[in-house]
Amino acid sequence: MMRAGPVGERGLDWIRGGEEAEIVLSSRVRVARNLQGFCFPGRSSDEERADVLERVRAAASRSTKLADGHFWDVADLDSVDRDLLVERHQISRDLVNSAGGSQSAFVMSESDSCGIMVNEEDHLRLQALVGGLELYSAWRQVDQLDEEVGSLLPLAYHHQFGFLTACPTNVGTGLRASVLIHIPGLVLTKEITKVLEGISQVGLNYRGLYGEGSEVVGNFFQVSNQTTLGKGEEDLIDHLGRVAGKVIDYERSARARLLSEAPAVLEDKVWRAYGILRTARSLALEEMMNLLSGVRLGVSLKLLKSPRVETLNEILVRGQSAHLEREAGGSLSEQEADVCRAAFVRDKLATDEQDAGSEPADGFNDAKADDGPPSGG
Amino acid sequence: MLCDDCNEKQAEIHLTSIESEEMTSAHLCVSCAAARGLSAESPSGAEQVPPLVDFLAQLGSAGQPAPAPAPSEPCPFCGTTTSDFRKTGRLGCSQCYVHFESQLRGLLRRIHGSSQHAGKLYLSDASDISDRLGQISAMRRRLKRAIETEDFESAADLRDRIHELETQE
Repeated sequence: MMRAGPVGERGLDWIRGGEEAEIVLSSRVRVARNLQGFCFPGRSSDEERADVLERVRAAASRSTKLADGHFWDVADLDSVDRDLLVERHQISRDLVNSAGGSQSAFVMSESDSCGIMVNEEDHLRLQALVGGLELYSAWRQVDQLDEEVGSLLPLAYHHQFGFLTACPTNVGTGLRASVLIHIPGLVLTKEITKVLEGISQVGLNYRGLYGEGSEVVGNFFQVSNQTTLGKGEEDLIDHLGRVAGKVIDYERSARARLLSEAPAVLEDKVWRAYGILRTARSLALEEMMNLLSGVRLGVSLKLLKSPRVETLNEILVRGQSAHLEREAGGSLSEQEADVCRAAFVRDKLATDEQDAGSEPADGFNDAKADDGPPSGG
Repeated sequence: MLCDDCNEKQAEIHLTSIESEEMTSAHLCVSCAAARGLSAESPSGAEQVPPLVDFLAQLGSAGQPAPAPAPSEPCPFCGTTTSDFRKTGRLGCSQCYVHFESQLRGLLRRIHGSSQHAGKLYLSDASDISDRLGQISAMRRRLKRAIETEDFESAADLRDRIHELETQE
Protein backbone atom coordinates (compact mmCIF):
# COMPACT_ATOMS: atom_id res chain seq x y z
CA MET A 1 0.00 0.00 0.00
CA MET A 2 1.54 3.28 -1.08
CA ARG A 3 1.61 5.99 1.55
CA ALA A 4 2.22 9.70 1.63
CA GLY A 5 2.76 11.14 5.11
CA PRO A 6 5.72 13.16 6.35
CA VAL A 7 9.17 12.67 4.88
CA GLY A 8 10.61 12.01 8.34
CA GLU A 9 13.94 10.20 8.26
CA ARG A 10 13.58 8.70 4.80
CA GLY A 11 16.20 9.04 2.12
CA LEU A 12 19.13 9.10 4.52
CA ASP A 13 20.42 5.52 4.20
CA TRP A 14 23.35 6.61 2.08
CA ILE A 15 24.98 8.63 4.87
CA ARG A 16 26.04 5.35 6.52
CA GLY A 17 28.70 5.15 3.82
CA GLY A 18 30.14 2.22 1.86
CA GLU A 19 33.31 1.35 -0.06
CA GLU A 20 35.90 4.15 0.08
CA ALA A 21 33.51 6.15 2.27
CA GLU A 22 36.25 8.51 3.47
CA ILE A 23 36.77 9.78 -0.06
CA VAL A 24 33.53 8.96 -1.85
CA LEU A 25 30.41 10.37 -0.26
CA SER A 26 27.85 8.67 -2.50
CA SER A 27 27.16 6.92 -5.80
CA ARG A 28 24.07 7.54 -7.82
CA VAL A 29 22.55 6.08 -10.97
CA ARG A 30 19.48 7.36 -12.73
CA VAL A 31 17.78 6.51 -15.99
CA ALA A 32 15.37 8.81 -17.82
CA ARG A 33 12.22 7.23 -19.26
CA ASN A 34 9.07 8.56 -20.91
CA LEU A 35 5.65 7.07 -21.53
CA GLN A 36 4.44 6.38 -25.04
CA GLY A 37 1.69 8.58 -26.40
CA PHE A 38 2.22 11.61 -24.18
CA CYS A 39 4.08 14.83 -24.80
CA PHE A 40 7.13 15.22 -22.56
CA PRO A 41 6.31 17.08 -19.32
CA GLY A 42 7.70 20.41 -20.53
CA ARG A 43 5.23 20.42 -23.40
CA SER A 44 2.19 18.82 -21.84
CA SER A 45 -0.85 20.41 -20.26
CA ASP A 46 -1.73 20.02 -16.59
CA GLU A 47 -4.34 17.42 -17.60
CA GLU A 48 -1.79 15.32 -19.45
CA ARG A 49 0.66 15.58 -16.58
CA ALA A 50 -2.09 14.50 -14.19
CA ASP A 51 -2.88 11.55 -16.46
CA VAL A 52 0.78 10.48 -16.49
CA LEU A 53 0.96 10.88 -12.72
CA GLU A 54 -2.06 8.60 -12.20
CA ARG A 55 -0.67 5.95 -14.52
CA VAL A 56 2.61 5.97 -12.65
CA ARG A 57 0.78 5.81 -9.33
CA ALA A 58 -1.18 2.77 -10.51
CA ALA A 59 1.97 1.09 -11.85
CA ALA A 60 3.94 1.84 -8.67
CA SER A 61 1.29 0.25 -6.49
CA ARG A 62 1.61 -2.95 -8.56
CA SER A 63 5.41 -2.91 -8.45
CA THR A 64 7.06 -5.27 -5.97
CA LYS A 65 9.82 -2.77 -5.30
CA LEU A 66 7.57 0.23 -4.69
CA ALA A 67 4.20 -1.10 -3.52
CA ASP A 68 5.06 -0.79 0.18
CA GLY A 69 6.83 2.51 -0.39
CA HIS A 70 5.90 6.16 -0.42
CA PHE A 71 4.23 8.29 -3.04
CA TRP A 72 4.52 12.00 -2.41
CA ASP A 73 2.72 14.48 -4.64
CA VAL A 74 5.12 17.40 -4.62
CA ALA A 75 2.19 19.82 -4.38
CA ASP A 76 1.11 18.13 -1.11
CA LEU A 77 4.51 18.37 0.55
CA ASP A 78 5.15 21.44 2.69
CA SER A 79 8.11 23.53 1.63
CA VAL A 80 10.37 22.21 4.40
CA ASP A 81 9.70 18.58 3.43
CA ARG A 82 10.53 19.43 -0.19
CA ASP A 83 13.79 21.03 0.87
CA LEU A 84 14.60 18.06 3.12
CA LEU A 85 14.42 15.80 0.08
CA VAL A 86 16.59 18.17 -1.95
CA GLU A 87 19.16 18.42 0.85
CA ARG A 88 19.24 14.61 1.03
CA HIS A 89 19.97 14.53 -2.73
CA GLN A 90 16.76 12.57 -3.32
CA ILE A 91 14.98 15.06 -5.59
CA SER A 92 16.14 17.88 -7.81
CA ARG A 93 15.24 21.55 -7.52
CA ASP A 94 13.78 21.17 -11.01
CA LEU A 95 11.18 18.70 -9.76
CA VAL A 96 9.98 21.23 -7.18
CA ASN A 97 10.18 24.18 -9.55
CA SER A 98 8.54 22.60 -12.60
CA ALA A 99 5.19 24.40 -12.62
CA GLY A 100 5.45 24.86 -8.85
CA GLY A 101 5.55 21.10 -8.41
CA SER A 102 2.09 20.75 -9.90
CA GLN A 103 1.40 17.17 -11.05
CA SER A 104 4.88 16.07 -10.14
CA ALA A 105 5.73 13.45 -7.57
CA PHE A 106 8.45 11.49 -5.85
CA VAL A 107 8.07 7.76 -5.29
CA MET A 108 10.39 6.00 -2.90
CA SER A 109 10.97 2.38 -2.07
CA GLU A 110 10.67 1.43 1.59
CA SER A 111 13.06 -1.51 1.43
CA ASP A 112 15.98 -0.12 -0.55
CA SER A 113 17.44 3.08 -1.89
CA CYS A 114 15.63 3.50 -5.19
CA GLY A 115 12.85 5.79 -6.27
CA ILE A 116 11.24 7.69 -9.14
CA MET A 117 10.86 11.37 -9.83
CA VAL A 118 7.66 11.82 -11.84
CA ASN A 119 7.15 14.68 -14.32
CA GLU A 120 10.49 16.33 -13.92
CA GLU A 121 12.13 17.02 -17.31
CA ASP A 122 11.08 13.50 -18.34
CA HIS A 123 8.03 11.55 -17.20
CA LEU A 124 10.20 9.21 -15.15
CA ARG A 125 13.60 9.47 -13.60
CA LEU A 126 14.34 6.12 -12.00
CA GLN A 127 17.17 6.47 -9.53
CA ALA A 128 19.15 4.93 -6.72
CA LEU A 129 21.48 6.65 -4.28
CA VAL A 130 23.87 4.66 -2.12
CA GLY A 131 26.75 5.52 0.21
CA GLY A 132 30.41 5.20 -0.83
CA LEU A 133 31.74 3.99 -4.17
CA GLU A 134 29.13 1.37 -5.02
CA LEU A 135 27.96 2.18 -8.53
CA TYR A 136 26.96 -1.40 -9.31
CA SER A 137 24.77 -1.66 -6.26
CA ALA A 138 22.94 1.50 -7.40
CA TRP A 139 22.78 0.23 -11.00
CA ARG A 140 21.30 -3.14 -10.03
CA GLN A 141 18.50 -1.43 -8.13
CA VAL A 142 17.73 0.92 -10.99
CA ASP A 143 17.94 -1.87 -13.56
CA GLN A 144 15.44 -4.03 -11.66
CA LEU A 145 13.12 -1.09 -11.14
CA ASP A 146 13.39 -0.25 -14.84
CA GLU A 147 12.50 -3.83 -15.86
CA GLU A 148 9.47 -3.73 -13.64
CA VAL A 149 8.29 -0.27 -14.63
CA GLY A 150 8.87 -1.07 -18.31
CA SER A 151 6.58 -4.08 -18.07
CA LEU A 152 3.85 -2.08 -16.32
CA LEU A 153 3.97 1.05 -18.47
CA PRO A 154 4.66 1.34 -22.22
CA LEU A 155 7.86 3.36 -22.58
CA ALA A 156 8.95 5.57 -25.45
CA TYR A 157 11.67 3.68 -27.32
CA HIS A 158 13.18 3.96 -30.78
CA HIS A 159 15.05 1.12 -32.48
CA GLN A 160 17.95 3.40 -33.32
CA PHE A 161 17.92 6.11 -30.65
CA GLY A 162 17.00 3.89 -27.71
CA PHE A 163 14.99 5.36 -24.82
CA LEU A 164 13.64 8.74 -25.85
CA THR A 165 14.10 11.76 -23.60
CA ALA A 166 13.15 15.43 -23.68
CA CYS A 167 16.78 16.48 -23.98
CA PRO A 168 18.88 14.80 -26.69
CA THR A 169 21.83 14.73 -24.28
CA ASN A 170 20.04 11.97 -22.33
CA VAL A 171 18.74 9.81 -25.16
CA GLY A 172 19.75 6.17 -25.63
CA THR A 173 20.41 4.58 -22.28
CA GLY A 174 19.00 7.62 -20.47
CA LEU A 175 21.65 6.79 -17.92
CA ARG A 176 23.55 9.20 -15.74
CA ALA A 177 25.85 7.66 -13.17
CA SER A 178 27.75 9.85 -10.76
CA VAL A 179 30.02 9.73 -7.76
CA LEU A 180 30.39 12.50 -5.21
CA ILE A 181 34.05 12.56 -4.38
CA HIS A 182 36.07 14.48 -1.77
CA ILE A 183 39.52 15.43 -3.09
CA PRO A 184 41.12 18.12 -0.89
CA GLY A 185 44.60 16.68 -1.45
CA LEU A 186 44.42 17.40 -5.16
CA VAL A 187 43.10 20.90 -4.44
CA LEU A 188 45.87 21.64 -1.92
CA THR A 189 48.62 20.36 -4.21
CA LYS A 190 47.00 22.30 -7.09
CA GLU A 191 46.90 19.15 -9.19
CA ILE A 192 43.16 19.47 -9.41
CA THR A 193 43.16 21.42 -12.69
CA LYS A 194 45.09 18.65 -14.41
CA VAL A 195 42.81 15.98 -12.99
CA LEU A 196 39.65 17.84 -14.01
CA GLU A 197 41.04 18.32 -17.51
CA GLY A 198 41.72 14.62 -17.68
CA ILE A 199 38.19 13.88 -16.53
CA SER A 200 36.77 16.02 -19.35
CA GLN A 201 39.05 14.39 -21.90
CA VAL A 202 37.84 10.88 -21.14
CA GLY A 203 34.21 11.81 -21.72
CA LEU A 204 33.19 12.53 -18.14
CA ASN A 205 31.77 15.64 -16.56
CA TYR A 206 32.31 17.27 -13.18
CA ARG A 207 30.08 19.54 -11.15
CA GLY A 208 29.55 20.83 -7.64
CA LEU A 209 27.79 19.26 -4.68
CA TYR A 210 24.25 19.68 -6.01
CA GLY A 211 24.75 18.67 -9.62
CA GLU A 212 24.17 20.72 -12.70
CA GLY A 213 25.08 24.38 -12.35
CA SER A 214 26.08 24.10 -8.70
CA GLU A 215 29.26 25.43 -7.19
CA VAL A 216 32.09 23.38 -5.86
CA VAL A 217 32.01 23.62 -2.06
CA GLY A 218 34.04 21.79 0.53
CA ASN A 219 36.24 20.12 -2.12
CA PHE A 220 33.39 17.87 -3.20
CA PHE A 221 33.16 17.14 -6.91
CA GLN A 222 30.41 15.23 -8.64
CA VAL A 223 31.85 13.23 -11.53
CA SER A 224 29.46 11.70 -14.06
CA ASN A 225 29.27 10.25 -17.56
CA GLN A 226 28.66 12.83 -20.26
CA THR A 227 27.30 10.73 -23.09
CA THR A 228 24.37 8.34 -22.97
CA LEU A 229 24.16 7.00 -26.53
CA GLY A 230 26.37 4.50 -28.33
CA LYS A 231 27.59 2.56 -25.28
CA GLY A 232 25.94 0.01 -23.04
CA GLU A 233 24.87 0.86 -19.50
CA GLU A 234 27.51 -1.30 -17.86
CA ASP A 235 30.24 0.10 -20.12
CA LEU A 236 29.30 3.62 -19.04
CA ILE A 237 29.30 2.60 -15.38
CA ASP A 238 32.55 0.62 -15.68
CA HIS A 239 34.28 3.58 -17.26
CA LEU A 240 33.12 5.98 -14.55
CA GLY A 241 34.10 3.50 -11.84
CA ARG A 242 37.58 3.04 -13.31
CA VAL A 243 38.16 6.78 -13.62
CA ALA A 244 36.86 7.35 -10.08
CA GLY A 245 39.32 4.70 -8.88
CA LYS A 246 42.15 6.55 -10.64
CA VAL A 247 41.13 9.86 -9.08
CA ILE A 248 41.11 8.18 -5.66
CA ASP A 249 44.66 6.90 -6.29
CA TYR A 250 45.82 10.37 -7.28
CA GLU A 251 44.14 11.82 -4.21
CA ARG A 252 45.86 9.27 -1.96
CA SER A 253 49.27 10.02 -3.39
CA ALA A 254 48.66 13.78 -3.09
CA ARG A 255 47.79 13.25 0.57
CA ALA A 256 50.87 11.12 1.14
CA ARG A 257 53.01 13.82 -0.39
CA LEU A 258 51.43 16.54 1.74
CA LEU A 259 51.94 14.41 4.82
CA SER A 260 55.62 13.84 4.11
CA GLU A 261 56.48 17.28 2.75
CA ALA A 262 54.42 19.59 4.95
CA PRO A 263 53.13 17.63 7.92
CA ALA A 264 52.95 20.63 10.24
CA VAL A 265 50.95 22.69 7.76
CA LEU A 266 48.55 19.82 7.13
CA GLU A 267 48.07 19.02 10.80
CA ASP A 268 47.52 22.66 11.61
CA LYS A 269 44.86 22.93 8.92
CA VAL A 270 43.04 19.85 10.15
CA TRP A 271 43.11 20.80 13.83
CA ARG A 272 42.09 24.39 13.18
CA ALA A 273 39.11 23.16 11.19
CA TYR A 274 38.20 20.79 14.01
CA GLY A 275 38.71 23.49 16.63
CA ILE A 276 36.40 25.96 14.92
CA LEU A 277 33.66 23.42 14.29
CA ARG A 278 33.94 22.15 17.88
CA THR A 279 33.66 25.61 19.44
CA ALA A 280 32.05 28.12 17.05
CA ARG A 281 28.84 29.87 18.11
CA SER A 282 27.74 30.82 14.60
CA LEU A 283 28.46 28.97 11.37
CA ALA A 284 27.44 29.83 7.83
CA LEU A 285 26.68 26.86 5.59
CA GLU A 286 29.62 27.37 3.28
CA GLU A 287 32.03 27.85 6.16
CA MET A 288 30.78 24.63 7.70
CA MET A 289 31.23 22.76 4.39
CA ASN A 290 34.79 23.97 4.00
CA LEU A 291 35.76 23.15 7.60
CA LEU A 292 34.14 19.72 7.33
CA SER A 293 36.44 19.10 4.39
CA GLY A 294 39.48 19.71 6.61
CA VAL A 295 38.13 17.44 9.34
CA ARG A 296 37.25 14.71 6.85
CA LEU A 297 40.79 14.83 5.56
CA GLY A 298 42.10 14.59 9.14
CA VAL A 299 39.89 11.60 9.93
CA SER A 300 40.88 9.87 6.72
CA LEU A 301 44.60 10.37 7.51
CA LYS A 302 43.97 9.29 11.11
CA LEU A 303 45.21 12.62 12.42
CA LEU A 304 41.91 12.76 14.31
CA LYS A 305 40.38 9.84 16.22
CA SER A 306 36.90 11.25 16.06
CA PRO A 307 34.40 12.00 14.56
CA ARG A 308 33.40 9.01 12.50
CA VAL A 309 32.89 9.39 8.72
CA GLU A 310 29.20 8.67 9.17
CA THR A 311 28.91 11.57 11.60
CA LEU A 312 30.59 13.85 9.07
CA ASN A 313 28.07 12.77 6.43
CA GLU A 314 25.26 13.34 8.86
CA ILE A 315 26.48 16.86 9.66
CA LEU A 316 26.81 17.58 5.95
CA VAL A 317 23.12 16.78 5.49
CA ARG A 318 21.52 17.83 8.77
CA GLY A 319 23.54 21.03 9.03
CA GLN A 320 21.62 22.44 6.06
CA SER A 321 18.84 24.98 6.49
CA ALA A 322 15.71 22.86 6.02
CA HIS A 323 17.02 20.21 8.41
CA LEU A 324 17.80 22.86 11.04
CA GLU A 325 14.34 24.36 10.59
CA ARG A 326 12.65 20.99 10.96
CA GLU A 327 14.67 20.40 14.14
CA ALA A 328 13.81 23.87 15.48
CA GLY A 329 10.14 23.39 14.59
CA GLY A 330 9.80 26.68 12.76
CA SER A 331 11.37 28.93 10.20
CA LEU A 332 14.77 30.46 10.94
CA SER A 333 16.37 33.67 9.76
CA GLU A 334 19.84 33.28 8.27
CA GLN A 335 21.46 34.44 11.52
CA GLU A 336 19.33 32.12 13.62
CA ALA A 337 20.17 29.24 11.28
CA ASP A 338 23.90 29.97 11.65
CA VAL A 339 23.57 29.83 15.45
CA CYS A 340 21.53 26.60 15.34
CA ARG A 341 24.02 25.09 12.89
CA ALA A 342 26.97 25.84 15.19
CA ALA A 343 25.16 24.33 18.20
CA PHE A 344 24.20 21.22 16.21
CA VAL A 345 27.76 20.69 14.98
CA ARG A 346 29.29 21.18 18.46
CA ASP A 347 26.87 18.67 19.90
CA LYS A 348 27.54 16.04 17.21
CA LEU A 349 31.31 16.35 17.55
CA ALA A 350 31.14 16.20 21.35
CA THR A 351 29.08 12.99 21.22
CA ASP A 352 31.60 11.33 18.94
CA GLU A 353 34.46 12.44 21.17
CA GLN A 354 32.78 10.71 24.09
CA ASP A 355 32.10 7.59 22.02
CA ALA A 356 35.77 7.51 21.04
CA GLY A 357 36.49 7.21 24.77
CA SER A 358 38.79 10.17 25.17
CA GLU A 359 39.70 13.54 23.79
CA PRO A 360 40.34 13.30 20.06
CA ALA A 361 43.99 12.88 20.90
CA ASP A 362 46.62 13.67 18.36
CA GLY A 363 46.77 10.27 16.76
CA PHE A 364 49.50 11.14 14.33
CA ASN A 365 52.03 8.75 15.85
CA ASP A 366 49.98 6.01 17.37
CA ALA A 367 46.70 5.70 15.53
CA LYS A 368 47.88 4.18 12.26
CA ALA A 369 47.17 0.68 13.52
CA ASP A 370 43.80 1.74 14.84
CA ASP A 371 41.49 0.56 12.09
CA GLY A 372 37.79 1.16 11.95
CA PRO A 373 35.64 3.59 13.88
CA PRO A 374 35.86 3.80 17.65
CA SER A 375 33.30 1.54 19.27
CA GLY A 376 30.24 3.13 20.80
CA GLY A 377 30.03 3.45 24.60
CA MET B 1 27.85 25.75 -40.71
CA LEU B 2 30.03 27.57 -43.22
CA CYS B 3 28.84 29.17 -46.44
CA ASP B 4 28.86 26.80 -49.43
CA ASP B 5 30.29 29.46 -51.78
CA CYS B 6 33.05 31.23 -49.84
CA ASN B 7 33.58 28.58 -47.15
CA GLU B 8 34.60 31.33 -44.77
CA LYS B 9 31.61 33.04 -43.23
CA GLN B 10 28.75 31.47 -41.32
CA ALA B 11 25.89 30.38 -43.56
CA GLU B 12 22.83 32.37 -42.59
CA ILE B 13 20.58 31.77 -45.55
CA HIS B 14 19.41 28.26 -46.24
CA LEU B 15 17.89 27.84 -49.64
CA THR B 16 15.98 24.83 -50.84
CA SER B 17 14.92 24.80 -54.44
CA ILE B 18 13.17 22.24 -56.58
CA GLU B 19 13.96 22.14 -60.25
CA SER B 20 12.62 19.45 -62.55
CA GLU B 21 11.80 17.19 -59.58
CA GLU B 22 15.29 17.43 -58.16
CA MET B 23 15.72 19.06 -54.78
CA THR B 24 18.90 20.99 -54.06
CA SER B 25 19.81 22.91 -50.99
CA ALA B 26 22.37 25.65 -50.50
CA HIS B 27 23.67 27.26 -47.32
CA LEU B 28 25.02 30.73 -47.91
CA CYS B 29 26.34 33.70 -46.02
CA VAL B 30 24.59 37.01 -46.55
CA SER B 31 27.12 38.44 -49.01
CA CYS B 32 27.37 35.32 -51.19
CA ALA B 33 23.57 35.14 -51.25
CA ALA B 34 23.50 38.74 -52.47
CA ALA B 35 26.11 37.86 -55.10
CA ARG B 36 23.78 35.15 -56.37
CA GLY B 37 21.08 37.77 -56.62
CA LEU B 38 19.11 36.56 -53.62
CA SER B 39 17.59 38.96 -51.14
CA ALA B 40 19.96 39.65 -48.27
CA GLU B 41 17.17 40.54 -45.90
CA SER B 42 18.14 39.66 -42.36
CA PRO B 43 16.97 36.14 -41.69
CA SER B 44 16.51 36.89 -38.01
CA GLY B 45 14.05 39.59 -39.03
CA ALA B 46 12.27 37.10 -41.24
CA GLU B 47 11.87 34.66 -38.38
CA GLN B 48 9.93 37.17 -36.37
CA VAL B 49 7.31 37.64 -39.04
CA PRO B 50 4.15 35.87 -37.90
CA PRO B 51 3.67 32.62 -39.83
CA LEU B 52 0.48 33.77 -41.48
CA VAL B 53 2.12 36.89 -42.91
CA ASP B 54 5.00 34.72 -44.05
CA PHE B 55 2.57 32.37 -45.72
CA LEU B 56 0.77 35.22 -47.48
CA ALA B 57 4.07 36.66 -48.60
CA GLN B 58 4.97 33.34 -50.18
CA LEU B 59 1.65 33.26 -52.00
CA GLY B 60 2.34 36.72 -53.37
CA SER B 61 5.77 35.81 -54.65
CA ALA B 62 4.93 32.47 -56.21
CA GLY B 63 7.44 31.35 -58.76
CA GLN B 64 10.35 33.13 -57.17
CA PRO B 65 12.77 31.37 -54.84
CA ALA B 66 11.78 31.93 -51.22
CA PRO B 67 14.34 34.19 -49.50
CA ALA B 68 13.81 32.82 -46.00
CA PRO B 69 14.85 29.32 -44.96
CA ALA B 70 12.02 26.93 -45.60
CA PRO B 71 10.94 26.14 -42.02
CA SER B 72 10.41 22.44 -41.67
CA GLU B 73 6.97 21.34 -40.61
CA PRO B 74 6.23 21.28 -36.88
CA CYS B 75 6.02 17.85 -35.25
CA PRO B 76 2.58 16.50 -36.16
CA PHE B 77 2.00 15.13 -32.67
CA CYS B 78 3.06 17.92 -30.32
CA GLY B 79 3.59 20.91 -32.61
CA THR B 80 7.24 21.48 -31.66
CA THR B 81 9.12 23.40 -34.35
CA THR B 82 12.85 23.50 -35.05
CA SER B 83 12.95 27.02 -33.64
CA ASP B 84 11.26 25.81 -30.39
CA PHE B 85 13.96 23.21 -30.17
CA ARG B 86 16.71 25.74 -30.80
CA LYS B 87 15.31 27.96 -28.06
CA THR B 88 14.79 25.35 -25.34
CA GLY B 89 17.12 22.53 -26.33
CA ARG B 90 14.22 20.18 -25.56
CA LEU B 91 12.07 18.06 -27.83
CA GLY B 92 8.34 17.98 -27.21
CA CYS B 93 7.46 14.30 -27.49
CA SER B 94 8.74 10.94 -28.67
CA GLN B 95 7.34 11.52 -32.17
CA CYS B 96 9.74 14.46 -32.51
CA TYR B 97 12.53 11.90 -32.78
CA VAL B 98 10.83 10.41 -35.83
CA HIS B 99 9.81 13.73 -37.32
CA PHE B 100 13.22 15.42 -36.94
CA GLU B 101 15.15 12.19 -37.39
CA SER B 102 17.46 13.37 -40.16
CA GLN B 103 18.49 16.57 -38.33
CA LEU B 104 18.80 14.76 -35.02
CA ARG B 105 21.11 12.08 -36.29
CA GLY B 106 23.88 14.60 -36.96
CA LEU B 107 23.27 16.39 -33.67
CA LEU B 108 23.39 13.14 -31.70
CA ARG B 109 26.65 12.17 -33.38
CA ARG B 110 28.12 15.51 -32.32
CA ILE B 111 26.88 15.16 -28.73
CA HIS B 112 27.50 11.48 -28.14
CA GLY B 113 29.89 10.45 -30.88
CA SER B 114 27.26 7.99 -32.04
CA SER B 115 23.66 7.88 -33.12
CA GLN B 116 23.05 4.20 -32.50
CA HIS B 117 21.72 2.95 -29.17
CA ALA B 118 23.86 0.15 -27.74
CA GLY B 119 22.20 -0.29 -24.36
CA LYS B 120 19.22 -2.21 -23.06
CA LEU B 121 16.60 -3.26 -25.59
CA TYR B 122 13.01 -2.55 -24.86
CA LEU B 123 10.42 -4.87 -26.26
CA SER B 124 7.10 -3.95 -24.87
CA ASP B 125 4.58 -6.79 -25.34
CA ALA B 126 2.36 -4.73 -27.55
CA SER B 127 4.66 -1.90 -28.43
CA ASP B 128 3.02 -0.99 -31.72
CA ILE B 129 -0.53 -1.30 -30.61
CA SER B 130 -0.15 0.43 -27.28
CA ASP B 131 1.80 3.18 -28.98
CA ARG B 132 -1.07 3.67 -31.39
CA LEU B 133 -3.70 3.52 -28.67
CA GLY B 134 -1.71 5.99 -26.62
CA GLN B 135 -1.46 8.29 -29.61
CA ILE B 136 -5.17 8.03 -30.28
CA SER B 137 -6.12 8.84 -26.72
CA ALA B 138 -3.70 11.77 -26.65
CA MET B 139 -5.11 13.06 -29.92
CA ARG B 140 -8.64 12.77 -28.58
CA ARG B 141 -7.67 14.99 -25.67
CA ARG B 142 -6.17 17.50 -28.07
CA LEU B 143 -9.25 17.33 -30.26
CA LYS B 144 -11.45 18.09 -27.28
CA ARG B 145 -9.31 21.09 -26.41
CA ALA B 146 -9.27 22.29 -30.01
CA ILE B 147 -13.07 22.20 -30.12
CA GLU B 148 -13.30 24.00 -26.79
CA THR B 149 -11.06 26.76 -28.04
CA GLU B 150 -12.90 26.82 -31.40
CA ASP B 151 -9.70 25.97 -33.26
CA PHE B 152 -11.66 24.17 -35.95
CA GLU B 153 -8.82 23.90 -38.39
CA SER B 154 -6.74 21.82 -35.94
CA ALA B 155 -9.84 19.92 -34.91
CA ALA B 156 -10.55 18.82 -38.46
CA ASP B 157 -6.94 17.79 -38.92
CA LEU B 158 -6.92 15.83 -35.65
CA ARG B 159 -10.21 14.12 -36.50
CA ASP B 160 -8.72 12.92 -39.80
CA ARG B 161 -5.57 11.66 -38.14
CA ILE B 162 -7.50 9.82 -35.43
CA HIS B 163 -9.60 8.21 -38.12
CA GLU B 164 -6.47 7.21 -40.01
CA LEU B 165 -4.92 5.60 -36.92
CA GLU B 166 -8.14 3.82 -36.00
CA THR B 167 -8.55 2.29 -39.42
CA GLN B 168 -5.06 0.78 -39.20
CA GLU B 169 -6.32 -1.74 -36.65
